[in-house]
Amino acid sequence: MNSVNTTITSEVTQPDEVAVPVQESKPAETIIEEGKTVGKPYSDDPKFKLRDVEVFYGDAPAIKKISLDIGRNEVIAFIGPSGCGKSTFLRCLNRMNDSIDICRVKGSLQLDDHDIYDPKRDVVELRARVGMVFQKPNPFPKSIYDNVAYGPRIHGLANRKSDLDEIVENSLRKAGLWEEVKDRLDANATGMSGGQQQRLCIARAIAVSPEVVLMDEPCSALDPIATGKVEELIAELSESYTIVIVTHSMQQAARVSHRTAYFHLGHLVEVNETNKVFTSPEHELTESYITGRFG
Amino acid sequence: MTDQRSQAEIVRQSLKRRYRKERRFRAYGIMAIAIALGALLILFTDIIGKGYTGFVKTTITMDVQLDGEMMYLDDPTDERQIKMADFVEPLVQALIKEIPGATEDDRKQVRELINPYASVTLRDALKANPEWLGTTQTMTFLTHTDVDVYVKHAGDDAYSIKLNDQQKTWVDELLERDVIETSFNDVFFSGGDSRDPSKAGILGAIVGSLLTMFVTLILSFPIGVAAAIYLEEFAPQNKFTDFIEVNINNLAAVPSIIFGLLGLAVFINLFGMPRSVPVVGGLVLTLMTLPTIIISSRAAIKSVPPSIREAAEGIGASKMQVVLHHVLPLAMPGMLTGSIIGMAQALGETAPLLLIGMVAFIVDVPDGFFDSATVLPVQVFLWAGSPELAFIERASAAIMVLLAFLISMNALAIWMRKRLERRW
Repeated sequence: MNSVNTTITSEVTQPDEVAVPVQESKPAETIIEEGKTVGKPYSDDPKFKLRDVEVFYGDAPAIKKISLDIGRNEVIAFIGPSGCGKSTFLRCLNRMNDSIDICRVKGSLQLDDHDIYDPKRDVVELRARVGMVFQKPNPFPKSIYDNVAYGPRIHGLANRKSDLDEIVENSLRKAGLWEEVKDRLDANATGMSGGQQQRLCIARAIAVSPEVVLMDEPCSALDPIATGKVEELIAELSESYTIVIVTHSMQQAARVSHRTAYFHLGHLVEVNETNKVFTSPEHELTESYITGRFG
Repeated sequence: MTDQRSQAEIVRQSLKRRYRKERRFRAYGIMAIAIALGALLILFTDIIGKGYTGFVKTTITMDVQLDGEMMYLDDPTDERQIKMADFVEPLVQALIKEIPGATEDDRKQVRELINPYASVTLRDALKANPEWLGTTQTMTFLTHTDVDVYVKHAGDDAYSIKLNDQQKTWVDELLERDVIETSFNDVFFSGGDSRDPSKAGILGAIVGSLLTMFVTLILSFPIGVAAAIYLEEFAPQNKFTDFIEVNINNLAAVPSIIFGLLGLAVFINLFGMPRSVPVVGGLVLTLMTLPTIIISSRAAIKSVPPSIREAAEGIGASKMQVVLHHVLPLAMPGMLTGSIIGMAQALGETAPLLLIGMVAFIVDVPDGFFDSATVLPVQVFLWAGSPELAFIERASAAIMVLLAFLISMNALAIWMRKRLERRW
């Protein structure tokens, strides 16, 4: 009894997945073949075309030869145990890993057939097209209006005050927040509730009209009601945006996504239509994970 | 069952021990604070006890007969006549009249009661009001420093009273009739240094300090903040930046007198800048303050939560925009606090300024950055080293003024931090 307990604890308390390289464990290695993904990793109309992507922290590999297409206006969920590299992989898509000095990315990553990691590529332009929502709500300590208006302002999307007002209102409406905050746009955003803050962050991300929104566990700090609202929002946004969402909640993945990708120790094990992954997974690791045998 | 009971017993035992430990630790803490407060109390009581008399001046009020014949003066508008005229005689005569029993023979002893600068005061008054010639005016003058010391410190063994018995009796009598009075020492706040303690003031030193601090602030704050931002946000992590970092930390620990020598060698000898001026003082203090400001600014930048940075980067803000729009506003309170503390350090600094000549005896209140000046702590140093005891109380008074400046600067730092701090 005791020994089982300890193993479970060590699994659960695996440190932050961004910073720490994956640790290899014996049974997984025998099952996973590098670069081999079961299911349907490719798409006919890809927004992102990712081939043989490898990420290293220093010399330690965190992502091992992953190939994947992300379709246009698709919601794809990344699931997997802590430390499997799903956040790291997500952050490659708008080069948020650039600020980590020891992080190196190899392979081919293309957004609409243009290389993301081209040294000549302007990362500011990339991030204007690929927005991001983070795990913890992180509004700027400014007014609600300024939070949403910040992106359009720095990119010069609105020339007149009225244009800017319109962008702010539309973004807040899309984020389902307008009715709640329209009377206090000048109030400080840090005074809002956690769920409101996260929806504000989504409004802020879509205010610059990105083509893709990356969400890194957007609901992990929220209560079920706020989570429900954010999930509704994702469903609505999927009509006009490509959404990549990392989540620890399999129910959430099942509810919001069209396709689901299962990551394990830096490998992409299985990608398939969401209902297929959850009803009849092809890979035995996927099955063990979704049935709760580990993770 | 028995096992459990004994375990509870053991816990109870150890609890007692833990609480004892906690109480002992708390007692140590209280003791430490008491020692610190005690030291502060001793410092303040000593300085205030010795120095409060520095804020008191002794004056003498008398009817001065401005007799042209006595003063060898018939036209107060004539510059040459004014220079030649005798302004001491009317004062001596007026005081002899005030003292019953004093005669023309006592004139030397009477004269010793009046401040040597009183005649200058009288001359200036007459120059300003030429129509006073031939009239009698009731005027107030500073007494001689010896009288000042006697009035304030009679019976105090630390002070040697230079008046003779005859003079003491006179002063006692004049005090009783309110001819000699004590009042708030406005002279101390309205003039520069002087050889005569009664006439010595700290306005020159205050203005010198303000000018020097201004130069220090406008140089060290922008340079320090810019260096901190570059090192934190833009500099690549390599051996060279490590080397710079180690050296900044070293500079913070370099004795200030070395900065003084550097200022002397570089600014004065090499660049040929004038000695004793606030600009050079400010430059030297800038060198000294920079490490403090850089270190505290870097700490402030580091404490900005990375989530804010990520949020801005995620929307597509460039490095510069992240820094200017988000990092800098959030780090500003910390930077300002560090800078004010650095400035307070610089305000109290003496050693480097001695070497660049700000220790000179300067009577005039400086009127520019290139005018000879001294600063508050150097003024304290000068007066504290003076053999004349009347200067000691001025030194204590000057220390109080300096402390008031330091306390208000630190209070400003705390207030600014409270005011500007954003919570999230």
